[in-house]
Amino acid sequence: MKSILTTGLAAIVLAAVTAGPVLAQGTLQKVKDRGQLVCGVNTGIAGFSAPDDKGNWSGLDVDLCRAVAAAIFKDPAKVKFVPLTAKERFTALQSGEIDVLSRNTTWTMSRDTSAGMNFAGINYYDGQGFMVNKALGVKSAKELSGASICVQTGTTTELNVADYFRQQGMTYKPVVIEKLPETLAAYNAGRCDVFTSDASQLYATRLTLGSPADHIVLPEVISKEPLGPAVRQGDAQWGNIVRWVLFALINAEEFAITQENVDKMKDSTNPEVKRLLGSEGDFGKGVGLDSDWAYQAIKAVGNYGESFERNVGQGSRLKISRGQNALWRDGGLQYAPPIR
Amino acid sequence: MVKMHTARDGARHTVPARPRRGLRDLAYDPTTRGIVLQVLLVLALLALGAEIVSNALTNLEKQNIASGFGFLERTAGFDISQTLIDYANTSSYGRAFWVGLLNTLLVAGLGILISTVIGFVIGMARLSSNWLIARLAGVYVEILRNIPPLLMLFAIYFAVLKSLPLPRDSLTLPLSSYLNVRGLTIPKPIWLDGIGIVVAALVASVIAALALKGWAARRRAATGHGFPAVGIGLALVAAAPAIAWVMTGFPVAFDMPQMGRFNVTGGLTLLPEFVALLVGLSLYTAAFIAEIVRAGIAGVAKGQKEAAAALGLSRRQAMRLVVVPQAMRIIIPPLTNQYLNLTKNSSLAVAIGYPDLVHVFAGTVLNQTSQAIEVIAITMAVYLLLSVVTSLLMNWFNARMALVER
Ligand SMILES: N[C@@H](CCC(=O)N[C@@H](CS)C(=O)NCC(=O)O)C(=O)O
Repeated sequence: MKSILTTGLAAIVLAAVTAGPVLAQGTLQKVKDRGQLVCGVNTGIAGFSAPDDKGNWSGLDVDLCRAVAAAIFKDPAKVKFVPLTAKERFTALQSGEIDVLSRNTTWTMSRDTSAGMNFAGINYYDGQGFMVNKALGVKSAKELSGASICVQTGTTTELNVADYFRQQGMTYKPVVIEKLPETLAAYNAGRCDVFTSDASQLYATRLTLGSPADHIVLPEVISKEPLGPAVRQGDAQWGNIVRWVLFALINAEEFAITQENVDKMKDSTNPEVKRLLGSEGDFGKGVGLDSDWAYQAIKAVGNYGESFERNVGQGSRLKISRGQNALWRDGGLQYAPPIR
Repeated sequence: MVKMHTARDGARHTVPARPRRGLRDLAYDPTTRGIVLQVLLVLALLALGAEIVSNALTNLEKQNIASGFGFLERTAGFDISQTLIDYANTSSYGRAFWVGLLNTLLVAGLGILISTVIGFVIGMARLSSNWLIARLAGVYVEILRNIPPLLMLFAIYFAVLKSLPLPRDSLTLPLSSYLNVRGLTIPKPIWLDGIGIVVAALVASVIAALALKGWAARRRAATGHGFPAVGIGLALVAAAPAIAWVMTGFPVAFDMPQMGRFNVTGGLTLLPEFVALLVGLSLYTAAFIAEIVRAGIAGVAKGQKEAAAALGLSRRQAMRLVVVPQAMRIIIPPLTNQYLNLTKNSSLAVAIGYPDLVHVFAGTVLNQTSQAIEVIAITMAVYLLLSVVTSLLMNWFNARMALVER
């Protein structure tokens, strides 16, 4: 009893005091002093963030962290990745354990306001879908009444599925598990008929199942899942850095600046390119960085389109088409404000 | 120590011979000093506590993290797979808390029962004179004590899932029950009007049977005449509710399980997550209980057994009447610890998707509301309360055993 009391007290003391220093000192300064960016990522979703067998992380969400590290340190390797489950991620950010959360996290109002976080942008427009075994012969989510559905705890997914079935006047049986591997194992063992998640994650996880071809993703997309990086509230400068690094990558695609040609592009006569790459004006100052901040970010991971194709697009096993994630001028939603 | 005692006594009874004490004496008086120091300490702790709370509140506000307990009334919005009380995704977070708590109580309560039974059997088996039985019991204890409980839960859960058929190949059991990878579904009784009378008849007959047994015991003590109280009592307990049952016209209906497109619908389903957790916790804790039981029995002086034998008691009788009652005194205190461990280990539920308090409340609710401090504080308070209540019950039981036995 005593030990429970003391641990409880310790937890509260910790909560009370750890939040203090985080606010007292700017995150940028803290990151610089540490010599490393600490980035919260997924425990393993191919294409978004996954470690290879040597422990090197890659993915769209990982690239964003590397780009931020490059903008600050001119070195994309100065990142420590902290794998987090859906349930752990917000506490990790709120308590200061990580500097950025870049982990296929949906931007919602409550997370952006009363959870002490702010979203810095959207690096992937997604929506929730359903995956089923082909053998069930299901063609549409509307046929799913009475089905058992596997879902990971601590996600928007858990809430959307409840809303959707209530709206459709259908019933379902939830099976809610903490970690992804066990959730998938339960689905694979037939514990549920359906695995539901953001569509991109369905494509990624399908590849990890015994025979991917046996499973199909149903056509219905039942929610809006704008995924993006989040930072703690109350440090505007830090939020600006993450937001503008993302914008820089998107703008780079628009101006056809690539990882390969970025050095040459420094001599471009296009004023927009010049401002982005720091050969004109000093936009780095506004975010507390050197003027080559965006150059370093692009040099590290390429422009948004390159990062997309390499990680989740045609250059990857996922083969996801750009769709909503194409640039606005190509009919997509990716649109970055101008640097000026 | 000694000094304090005399001083305390001196302070309590005003001894006339003693001269009046000045302020200085008071300052050196250990009792006064003790009180002053304690008051100061409590004040300091309170101040620290207040500082922590206000600091936490300021920090939360600065970080714009919601605080307070208002969230308990907001709509939960998520579904729960096993609910012992009515719950829908339109219910409140507060309701979800109760659902989680009841699920924890269910698995912990049953787990305590089952682990105790298995633990006693294995513990006694370890002391068996049969070499094979003793060895097997020893192997059980050594293996189960050394597996991390989480691993064991995974092993059991996935073993259960792998060994059961898919819904479309469900095993059909008697009484329209079905067994498949989604669980065991049996007809669900729905109580109709009149069931109250049956329950009342049951309760009344149990009370009557107990009273009868008491009366028979007193009569036997006074007169030496026996009376078949147990037989008559059992007959009473069986007959009274049965008669009420017939007279009220069988006040029960059944919600029968039926094969649906994806799942068995209707009926009452025992989820594989629940079974895996219950079995895992019970087997794991039983290994520890077995050791406690073995130690308790081994701890009873050898002379007791010999004396029992000298009195002509059989080995079985000696065990039941002489050894075990004395061993209980040694067994109960550490047993309490195991019960508390089992209750706390039940929070591993989240790993295999059983919706206990930690899964539902300290998991989903915390995540959706971001109110970590409040949610964790409530959860800790609940576990603390459960621990205190378990300890109190076990202490009471211990005291009873000790008294009866001496
Ligand atoms: N976008 C949703 C869901 C994100 C999510 O956590 N998805 C799960 C299901 S695929 C996941 O990535 N799990 C991997 C992990 O826990 O590491 C959210 O922000 O709540």
